[in-house]
Amino acid sequence: MLRLVIRRLAVSALVVVVVSMIAFSLVYLSGDPAVAMAGENASPSDIEAIRTDYGFDRPMYVQYGAWVDNVLHGNLGRSFFLRAPVSQIIAQHFPITATLGISALAFALLLSIPLGVLAALRPNTLIDRIALAIAVAGQAMPSFLFGLALIYVFGVKLGWLPFSGTASWRSYVLPAIALGYYATPVIMRLTRSGMLDALQSDHVRTARAYGLSTWRVVIKHALRHAIMPVLALSAVQLGFMLGGSIIIETVFSMKGLGYLAWTSIQRSDLQVIQAILLIIACLYALLTLLADLLNAYLDPRLRKQ
Amino acid sequence: MVATSSSYPIEPAPPAVTLSPRRIALRRALRNGSFWFGGTVLLLITLIALLAPWLTPYDPAAQNLAHRLIVPVWQSGGSWLHPLGTDLLGRDYLARLLFGARISLLIGFSTVLISGFIGTCLGMAAGYWGGRVDLAVNFILTIRLTLPVVLVALVVVAVIGNSLTLLIVVIGGLLWDRFAIVTRSVTQQLARSEFVIAARCIGSSRRRLFLKELLPNLTGQLIVVASIELAHAILLEASLSFLGLGVQPPLTSWGLMVAEAKSQIFFMPWMIAIPGAALVLLILAINLLGDAMRDITTPEGRA
Repeated sequence: MLRLVIRRLAVSALVVVVVSMIAFSLVYLSGDPAVAMAGENASPSDIEAIRTDYGFDRPMYVQYGAWVDNVLHGNLGRSFFLRAPVSQIIAQHFPITATLGISALAFALLLSIPLGVLAALRPNTLIDRIALAIAVAGQAMPSFLFGLALIYVFGVKLGWLPFSGTASWRSYVLPAIALGYYATPVIMRLTRSGMLDALQSDHVRTARAYGLSTWRVVIKHALRHAIMPVLALSAVQLGFMLGGSIIIETVFSMKGLGYLAWTSIQRSDLQVIQAILLIIACLYALLTLLADLLNAYLDPRLRKQ
Repeated sequence: MVATSSSYPIEPAPPAVTLSPRRIALRRALRNGSFWFGGTVLLLITLIALLAPWLTPYDPAAQNLAHRLIVPVWQSGGSWLHPLGTDLLGRDYLARLLFGARISLLIGFSTVLISGFIGTCLGMAAGYWGGRVDLAVNFILTIRLTLPVVLVALVVVAVIGNSLTLLIVVIGGLLWDRFAIVTRSVTQQLARSEFVIAARCIGSSRRRLFLKELLPNLTGQLIVVASIELAHAILLEASLSFLGLGVQPPLTSWGLMVAEAKSQIFFMPWMIAIPGAALVLLILAINLLGDAMRDITTPEGRA
């Protein structure tokens, strides 16, 4: 197992290195980053000033090396537009996205695990078909549309919940639902299939033979074993939610990392874009690594590559 | 000579009616409810998309500021002149809806072709040769899975400059992962199968192996994955257009229509609901069709 951990860590490290190269060089696709940053009404001297200031006249690999060196020392560059260190700006915006992501995952788990368990307890009955229908319907709706629908029903018509900004915990409810529901079908199906297997296994049969109440058997014996792959999947889904929060943050006017990415893209604030791409990708890599290791821990067959 | 009792008639063997796999698949398809619903809706939307210029007299990009924000025909003040009303710039909503179907399907099918090609090539290479090729493909796959798709698409489109071709290339270049994964595992199984080994024994060229032995046996799975990725591509395009970095005016896209209608959510919610419902219907149809294809192409008894 330890050998697997080391091997996976090495692969992950290599992946992060390549991804950092991609994150760094994507913004150079425009040709001349100084021109992109300077904007439309810039004079040639402005562009030249930016070029020397940010070192765009150096060869690419030198720029990349300097960037990596800075990142490893905690310096993510300086935002041209906001005239502040990028790490500071990101630190301001990240908590909102993190709260949103975790709330969305919590919502998804709270909805899909009970549904999955119920569907497994009564397979092919009404409850199972309802759960399946929710799954199918959920995957057909784009998140921005679902967000707008939630705003209309709960914000405009019923007025129960706020739908913009991040003033109170209530502001996170609708966005969390809009971000989390897309993961619901996947988690529910995995819970259901895991529970179906667990309920037919020998040790559950033994527990029932002992005369333990159904509830105790379901929760303590079956669910405990079915839940682990779901946790691994949840880690990956959390990564998707953090990376995909840009749409929800736009719909609900929340000033999180996605919103920062969006405005930076619009303003060609290249340093911020590079930093956000790197951070999100590193988070993905970390969460996927955790999920892989968790799955390998649970299922020894997966330990051999 | 076997002595048989004359009072015990030997029944003739029943006629051997062997149905070709294609025939079996067709029978299963016609019995599948999801196949009917999904297939019919998708066909309908495709027909509408193809015939759009003849289904409406209006140009979806023609602005008419004297006739802005006309309500649909079912509201008071609406008329059959503009059955779904007009938008903020006076463009006929029905025309925009019909032409939006064109763009969604065009982008969807084109990107699936591109991503299918990339994914299948990578997957077949990894599955057939294994070893270092497999490791390399796995590495590329892991890199792709570590990238946040929406963010990368946004950055590329914003930085290079927006065009329909670029949009298709970017989405196609990002959504190939599932093709690669499925193709790889199926090819791994097929490469060990008897007919492939036999073909190699008689000296079939590698090209023949890939095209005549491996690929035809992949089509079932590929169709299922293609339907999933078609839905993903349309969703991604709608999201990018909603954010303003997808399809650009004067072209129409349902995502763009939702974005433009966002400001009217309080008083004119149908302007969001109409393109939204179209999107949901299309994606639902594709998902159901994909589920049906999976049920049809999977032999019974296999998980």
